[in-house]
Amino acid sequence: MGRKLDPTIKVKRGPGRKARKQKGAETELSKFLVDGKPFPYCDFYHYLPCQLLPIERAARKQKKQPKEKDDLKEDEEEEEEDTVQANIDETEKFILPAAADRAKEGLLPMDLQTIHQRIKDNVDVLSHFSEKREEGKERSEYLSLLRSDLCTYYSYNEFLISKLMDLFPVSELIDFLEANEIHRPVTIRTNTLKTRRRDLAQALINRGVNLDPLGKWSKVGLVIYDSSVPVGATPEYLSGQYMLQGASSFLPVMALSPQEGELVLDMSSAPGGKTTYMAQLMRNTGMIVANDANADRLKSVVGNIHRLGVTNAVICNYDGRQFPKVMGGFDRVLLDAPCSGTGVISKDPGVKTGKDEADILRSAHLQKELILSAIDSVNADSPTGGYLVYCTCSIMVEENEWVVDYALKKRNVKLVSTGLDFGKEGFIRFKERRFHPSLKLSRRFYPHSHNMDGFFVAKLKKLSNAIPTTPRETGL
Amino acid sequence: MRPLTDEETKTMFEKLSKYIGENIKLLIDRPDGTYCFRLHNDRVYYMSEKILKLATNISRDKLVSVGTCFGKFTKTQKFRLHITALDFLAPYAKFKVWVKPGSEQSFLYGNHIMKSGLGRITENTAQYQGVVVYSMADVPLGFGVAAKTTQECRKVDPMSIVVFHQADIGEYIRSEDTLT
Repeated sequence: MGRKLDPTIKVKRGPGRKARKQKGAETELSKFLVDGKPFPYCDFYHYLPCQLLPIERAARKQKKQPKEKDDLKEDEEEEEEDTVQANIDETEKFILPAAADRAKEGLLPMDLQTIHQRIKDNVDVLSHFSEKREEGKERSEYLSLLRSDLCTYYSYNEFLISKLMDLFPVSELIDFLEANEIHRPVTIRTNTLKTRRRDLAQALINRGVNLDPLGKWSKVGLVIYDSSVPVGATPEYLSGQYMLQGASSFLPVMALSPQEGELVLDMSSAPGGKTTYMAQLMRNTGMIVANDANADRLKSVVGNIHRLGVTNAVICNYDGRQFPKVMGGFDRVLLDAPCSGTGVISKDPGVKTGKDEADILRSAHLQKELILSAIDSVNADSPTGGYLVYCTCSIMVEENEWVVDYALKKRNVKLVSTGLDFGKEGFIRFKERRFHPSLKLSRRFYPHSHNMDGFFVAKLKKLSNAIPTTPRETGL
Repeated sequence: MRPLTDEETKTMFEKLSKYIGENIKLLIDRPDGTYCFRLHNDRVYYMSEKILKLATNISRDKLVSVGTCFGKFTKTQKFRLHITALDFLAPYAKFKVWVKPGSEQSFLYGNHIMKSGLGRITENTAQYQGVVVYSMADVPLGFGVAAKTTQECRKVDPMSIVVFHQADIGEYIRSEDTLT
């Protein structure tokens, strides 16, 4: 029989090489250190008598520290055990770690499981604060612990987490952050200039694509669950029968609803999804001016317009703020303003750490200039139109309600209903700001509640072409 | 943006008539208005007169595209037809070629069509005649030049080329940059 399987061998062999390594460098090196003095046959140690190498010192320190952590954990475990054994009325108490412990945590990497559990417990306490709070601890302490845990667990920067904590109640915040970790489903829009949704769905199913209509609110949308062929390269795609487009991008065009024969401007049109949707709603009549400030991205607009068979479009490369000077008197204008992208974090995780106060304010400034130019490009006396739709893929109040409120003060416009019956209403007040009550008519969409990218849509009607020289009172 | 000179108009119409014959008139006088061709940065754009009027507001260096681009004039003044013109050529095409489903992908990658992939072909196609290529579901895929007459196509072996590729809709992905 082999050595390991032979029951008659009683000799204890002690820990093997691997186990010794785990105990730390000391046990390995103890061979060379006899009574703290170097063993003769190691020249190395001649020059460092009785002194530990730096790595040995660190190993000793490391062995001590886990013991401390274990103490903390043991306390929590004991607490839990006590409460389990006691009456069921007493629920587990969530202990806020002391400030000193938290500082120590900054040095040690904490494992994600613990942080996640702590987040959950913290949210639980905050939701039922009066029952579950620890005596003497303020709500702000719980919140600050939650903030740093969320930053670590979901990899956000402090600024963005603070902003999100202002926007959402704590439990919704967790849903929002979780939703940002996964992608939204792939959606396509049927090009009604070339085909019908039924026929397209049939053709794609024959190719092996698993799809469904998008929802009651859209007659042209399809959501793709999975596919054996690349959805962006099927012959149907190439012949222009559909376009890959996020579900939230359908909304501003549905709100704008351009009519046949109108003159429409799309100020920020790349890559061309909304422009082509407008063209199909107008059935290739009238004219669309598709503008974008970025010449490289305009190539995709050209490609998409030709592929989908749009014949009534003119594509140009101006800065949106030049608009009323170049050409004005449009019946409808769509402004999908460049923004910080906080609604599309699932598509671009770089936003989590890349944005700060200055970025948001810079975007907001640009958006304010653009919305004023857009308003000036609309013809208030248009027989069929006089509408502007302002939308962004951001959820920040500074880029959404604040910009629209600014426009209401500076020009003769008013908010009208977007026609979208789902979605959350825009904010009328937020922290220290107060907005015009008609902001209720704007709509906000979130990834965790509507399963589409974060979005904001507001529809404005221009009342008169005159530009007021003094700011209008908001009447609040 | 300027109208085409006589020379340029002649070259372009010659190229177009290779595919659609005398139906060019139908491109200009359409039931929903008069359409015209204009030249901008060596490219020929096809647009309705209504759009033309409004597009003159945009300055030359900022204008990227108007209506539909049909093709461009090369440095030696030859006219090259682009795939973006397919929607207008397909309904008026005189000679058509249908491709079998198995060889659709190959054509969309830019390869020529071989006899083994040929589904149907219009009668009396001359050699080197411009043809429009369709899939079996009558979806236009592109255009090309017939390498053999219809009679010869029946006789040749399956590995020989019957249609030379000139443009296909796969170019919307392969050469997106060159469309502008």
